[in-house]
Amino acid sequence: MRKIILFAAAALALAPVSARADGAPRGTGDLGIVIERAQGSVQVVETTGRTSLGRVTGLGDLSHATAVFSRDGRYAYVFGRDGGLTKVDLLRVKIEKRIIQSGNSIGGAMSQDGRLIAVANYTPGGVKVFDSRTLDPVADIPATAKADGTRSKVVGLADLPGQKFVFTLYDTGEIWVADLADPAKPAIIKFKDVGKLPYDALVTPDGRHYIAGLFGEDGLALLDLWAPEMKVRRILPNYGQGAEKLPVYKMPHLRGWAKAGDKVFLPAIGRHEVLAVDARTYEDVGRIPVHGQPVFAMARPDGRHVWVNFAHPLYDTLQVIDTVTMKVVHTFQPGRAVLHMEFTPKGEHVWVSLRDEDRVDIFDTASFRKIGSIPADKPSGILFAARANRIGL
Amino acid sequence: MSAAFAPFMSAAFAAGAAGALSPAREKELVHLIRQDCGACHGMTMKGGLGSPLLPETLAGKDDDALKGIIMDGIHGTPMPPWRPLLTEGEVAWIVKKLKEGLP
Repeated sequence: MRKIILFAAAALALAPVSARADGAPRGTGDLGIVIERAQGSVQVVETTGRTSLGRVTGLGDLSHATAVFSRDGRYAYVFGRDGGLTKVDLLRVKIEKRIIQSGNSIGGAMSQDGRLIAVANYTPGGVKVFDSRTLDPVADIPATAKADGTRSKVVGLADLPGQKFVFTLYDTGEIWVADLADPAKPAIIKFKDVGKLPYDALVTPDGRHYIAGLFGEDGLALLDLWAPEMKVRRILPNYGQGAEKLPVYKMPHLRGWAKAGDKVFLPAIGRHEVLAVDARTYEDVGRIPVHGQPVFAMARPDGRHVWVNFAHPLYDTLQVIDTVTMKVVHTFQPGRAVLHMEFTPKGEHVWVSLRDEDRVDIFDTASFRKIGSIPADKPSGILFAARANRIGL
Repeated sequence: MSAAFAPFMSAAFAAGAAGALSPAREKELVHLIRQDCGACHGMTMKGGLGSPLLPETLAGKDDDALKGIIMDGIHGTPMPPWRPLLTEGEVAWIVKKLKEGLP
């Protein structure tokens, strides 16, 4: 009898949230996190009942933060501004392990097999690679040194098929592909002179194309990873045409679902436009005038719509572009400081973070009707565990 | 023009001739610095894509030069001009607060 009571108590203590309300164990396919940037916490959320399962605190400076997920979808790895790398258990709603791996980091990526986690760092500039289970260091890839001796900041880090990572060196204008098949000896291919001040990058969902946005000149840098002889070429070389850009109060973010049907949609920097390119030839196929300078241009998972948010001070507005007609079909003001949006895995809903309203609102993507809301402290990134199964996220 | 723009315009006007900023406007500016400047410089001003803006990094730097950078940006870098959104008086206050350490 005593044994049974002890067992029951232990089971209760071990599994406060990993079971659903009806007591059955739960999966993580509908879980995710909401980053609360000011207080350094995340909320674990579920997208079926659209509720919060709890808050995890103590993640440090999350003023610019993002996350990737373990291969089984159980753990979120959160990258913080303070160089923190925190492994969060979504089922137990707690920190599994936390390390400070650098002075200042910007994001990261999970290897194809889920064993390695790579982090892009500003200070010291470079990429560090860790064992995803233990967070023990596995490899260190310092970036190119600048004239003053410090190393270039690294941006746009993404995973590629075959235990590879691709990333961009902001200060020195390079793209590197690192093969971690033997983590003790990373094999690196370097592409130099890709353009001035590449500020972010994305990889297409098939892992074939890597596109870096340039702040310092017109156009974008494209690397075709399937080409027999890989080289970086300029796309949309005439976009901007040397014209003076508008002041950029928030750098666009390229990572996300940008491919929609046979086109790739990209935020134009310093312009009130979203750019569309042909997904095979990467030729210019149109520009869509929008409300402000786009920050995220994210395709709904089916690719029929692209949702766009905007830079300060026009960031109270969201617009939806029809990718067939290339026209804005919906404009609305969900609230102050729209920082990020995330689609449910098949795209029926979108979650939108409203930083200055202290809440996350949930919209039906067919009717654009608001269907729910969750209070959150200064929410920024919303990241769902379904990203675990996507190349480049 | 969006609703988000309005507070800047009205408060800038209010700050105008008298020079001193209202406590409400000072609060808005701290919010702006941490949240929006912080997008590049870090919410705690320790730096990011942009330089650190901590008291120790700004110590000894000329106030007018710093004001000029905020008002007109730095050409060829992502630092934008804030002149369309802020007054001279507000920028002087921001420089002072960055040097002292943000409240």
